[in-house]
Amino acid sequence: MRRALPRLFDAILLLWLVTILTFALIHAAPGDPATLLVSPTATAEEVGRQRARFGLDAPLPAQYGRWVVALLRGDLGVSLVSSRPVRAVIADALPISLALGGISLLLSFAGGVVVGWWQALRARPAADTVVSVLSTVIYAAPSFWLALALVVLATSGAALVGAPAWLRLPAFGVESPGGTTTGLAHWRDLARHAVLPLLVLSLPGAAGVARYARQSMRDASLAPFVAAASARGLSRGRIERRYVVRLSLTPLVVLFGLTLPGVIAGSVFVEQVFAWPGLGRAMLTAIAARDYPVVLGMTVIYAGTVILANLVADLALLRLDPRQRTALSGAPTQ
Amino acid sequence: MPLTVPDRANARDGLWQDRRLQIGSALLAGLCLGAVIWPLFGSADPNAITDVLARRLTPPLSRDGVGHWHLLGTDAFGRDVLLRLWLAARVSLGVGVLGSLLAGAIGIGLGAAAAWRGGIVERMILALGDVFLSVPRLILLLVTAALWGPGLRVVVVVLALTGWMSVMRLVRADVLRVRVLAFVEGAAALGVAPARLLWRHILPNALGSTVVAMTLGVGNAILLESGLSFLGLGIQPPAASWGNMIAGGREWLLVAPWIALAPGALLITTVVACTLIGDALSHRRR
Repeated sequence: MRRALPRLFDAILLLWLVTILTFALIHAAPGDPATLLVSPTATAEEVGRQRARFGLDAPLPAQYGRWVVALLRGDLGVSLVSSRPVRAVIADALPISLALGGISLLLSFAGGVVVGWWQALRARPAADTVVSVLSTVIYAAPSFWLALALVVLATSGAALVGAPAWLRLPAFGVESPGGTTTGLAHWRDLARHAVLPLLVLSLPGAAGVARYARQSMRDASLAPFVAAASARGLSRGRIERRYVVRLSLTPLVVLFGLTLPGVIAGSVFVEQVFAWPGLGRAMLTAIAARDYPVVLGMTVIYAGTVILANLVADLALLRLDPRQRTALSGAPTQ
Repeated sequence: MPLTVPDRANARDGLWQDRRLQIGSALLAGLCLGAVIWPLFGSADPNAITDVLARRLTPPLSRDGVGHWHLLGTDAFGRDVLLRLWLAARVSLGVGVLGSLLAGAIGIGLGAAAAWRGGIVERMILALGDVFLSVPRLILLLVTAALWGPGLRVVVVVLALTGWMSVMRLVRADVLRVRVLAFVEGAAALGVAPARLLWRHILPNALGSTVVAMTLGVGNAILLESGLSFLGLGIQPPAASWGNMIAGGREWLLVAPWIALAPGALLITTVVACTLIGDALSHRRR
């Protein structure tokens, strides 16, 4: 607790600085949101009335103060376009992005660690090289391109080679239009729609994790105590489980902590291509409509999750790695 | 026993024997060459639209309605896809390199200032870096590019303003490490002025890891530029960029998939080349 409190204080300070940055950024942009709220034939007087109604006529620091005080009460303002509370807009969209990001994060670590383990400890050199080249290429592919490529494969590609119908996956939306199905059929429909978005999100992630896991397990298998263990006659499986995999877990946990903050921002393109109404798609819609309160609120939510994820990763590492604990509490090492 | 001194020529030979560096450099050189030379053989205005109905949506490796042969086919306006790919390469490579060079310059300046001045300056620069790192880079890019109006110049500036943080941290750490070494103290004792000491003696020895970060940054910047252009917030048509070509091919995806898929091949090649070079350089430094 003594070590966790300063971190928590830092995180809150950081979030406050981020609100200043985003507020300044959005209000420094050219264009006047009040002109978007009135009809094109409106007089200057009407524009002024709208400006007063939304408090846009006050000096910037006053506007910022009012916004932050409301933020502390959990009030993010009202959307200029739909007149709904920004909080409700975010509450609708956030679960979808969280589910997409969370599931694909788990999939990419599970897949990536297995592939990396296989490459480092089981594969023949030629197979290892082939998989390394593949993972480098997949890791480099932009997600929107990968999404379109998979759509081609799952639709016209699958039809071309005469693949069975269950392989022709839907490439649009969260569920089939109508959505009248219930129970098991409903979940099956959802799952079929989720395959392509989750693949697009997990494949590059798994490729990155595999590259990293392969390297760290290879490094671990070269450690002197592994040679010592095998000289003592321990079985290969035992050495791998007890020493190699164990040693490479810490760098993987660190990587997990570094990946965590990007989880909900990672699906912007995937939501856009597959028309999933998540946070990224809502953000793009709000940006296109110059819906300032929504853009502002969502940016703060994005930054908040990053800061929170970093805090969690920091604290978890503090628990996992005793070396960090002594170093940070300032205890003399000699 | 004679001491062996590692001489520079040998070190460089060792670096060039790294297959990753060889392949990465060859790919990048090929891309630059193609981007410079290929459009020179094209028509006067590669974005011009003529004979749309006869020419459009020609599949790869076939002749269009007026008898011209196209290696990668034509797009919905009858323009040659391969020619536009190389035109887009000029924009994407240029934006990526320029954006990450500018970001690197900002990072080096702020990192050196933080390490050199210390105290309140250092703490403010570090806090600024933390604030910029707290907002996902893509979100920051989307908001700024959209609010300031899309375009080439905005994209470059925004890439620079959102990409300096890691370079700043690396340079600061390296300057702090180098400034206490014996040769720096020696130079200071000989009366070298502080500014010259930083510029001529410390910075050149502190930029190793920065070069690696900037190489990887080029690939990243190119990906982000293409992402912005894909969403319509980056390079605007009719100017070609890999991102807006993919976006333009999206509505023809099932009829003419080559329009959207071809740009991805060059995009991936570029990013792989940057990754390979970055890997080789960072491996070398260990």
